[in-house]
Amino acid sequence: MVFIFGGDIVHIPDGYLGPQTYGIMLGIMVPLWVKVSRVLNKTLKMSQVPLIALGAAFSFVIMMFNVPIPGGTTGHAVGGVLLAILIGPWATLLVITIVLVIQAIIFGDGGITAIGANCFNMAFILPFVGYYVYKLISRNSPLNSKRRIIAAGIGGYIGLNVAALFAGIELGLQPLISHSSKGVPLYSPYPLSITVPAMLGEHLLLFGWIEAIVTMAAFAYLLRANLIKEWEYA
Amino acid sequence: MRRLWKVIILLIILSPLGIIIPYFLRAGSAWGEWGPEKVKELIGYIPTGLEKLSSLGRPLLPDYNFKGWEEKPLIHQSFSYIVSGFIGVSIVVGITFLIGKVFSRR
Repeated sequence: MVFIFGGDIVHIPDGYLGPQTYGIMLGIMVPLWVKVSRVLNKTLKMSQVPLIALGAAFSFVIMMFNVPIPGGTTGHAVGGVLLAILIGPWATLLVITIVLVIQAIIFGDGGITAIGANCFNMAFILPFVGYYVYKLISRNSPLNSKRRIIAAGIGGYIGLNVAALFAGIELGLQPLISHSSKGVPLYSPYPLSITVPAMLGEHLLLFGWIEAIVTMAAFAYLLRANLIKEWEYA
Repeated sequence: MRRLWKVIILLIILSPLGIIIPYFLRAGSAWGEWGPEKVKELIGYIPTGLEKLSSLGRPLLPDYNFKGWEEKPLIHQSFSYIVSGFIGVSIVVGITFLIGKVFSRR
């Protein structure tokens, strides 16, 4: 019965994850954030700062474009794989973390307690999975080749879907972990058998394609405008 | 680079499409992003922990909308959506610049 509401993305709000889960997810993110600061401290050049700021702006604004499933729910692209190709996966982790924190605090989009989980799904899993898929497929093909653009699209599609899968698992674990003595769920009430198909279903069918199209369109545009030549991660 | 910033501004101005199209296609909120009332509608009760935590945030612009504008016509909401876009983009760009400057100083 829940499928009529479909299954969307990964801005988990406050109240859907219990303390064990959001605590653990935050615990996973902290060392990753430390690692980001180490990596960027070593590698980031002053001249790259405007580019990562542009990436932050792009990710924020692209998430405002909710795409509907008629009569169902909405979802949106994240742009994480595009950013990872342009500025590298670690800088992307930083940028999307900043976006998610601002969305949670100022716009109530995604929970404050869920920030660890949302960052894990969208700032870590999505760009890293998508980026390495892109790398694997594009190999040594020339920068301006179709293969590279398609590789970027496949990276976006797979990255977003794996992120959605994780969100589905995090939500679906809640009734198992957190329930009252009578077995009534305290947080997200739906079991894994509903959350995973719901989350994954909509992303496989629609939102993954949106991410893929956004990634490919932006990547092709940047290539054609000769703006991507010197970017070392592509 | 300047051209790309113009693209961002264009996207902010077009961003109300992200609420207008879902409105006309009768799409609700994202799966698993329902407020407590909607959860009650779906399953018949509000899980106690969910109820407690869900009122935790005090967002300045809830759902990219001015406070109290939830019931306003779509044209008003589109305006507040654009304003929210400019505010949000400015903040994330500002923070990214600051952090980027710190990391790139050697």
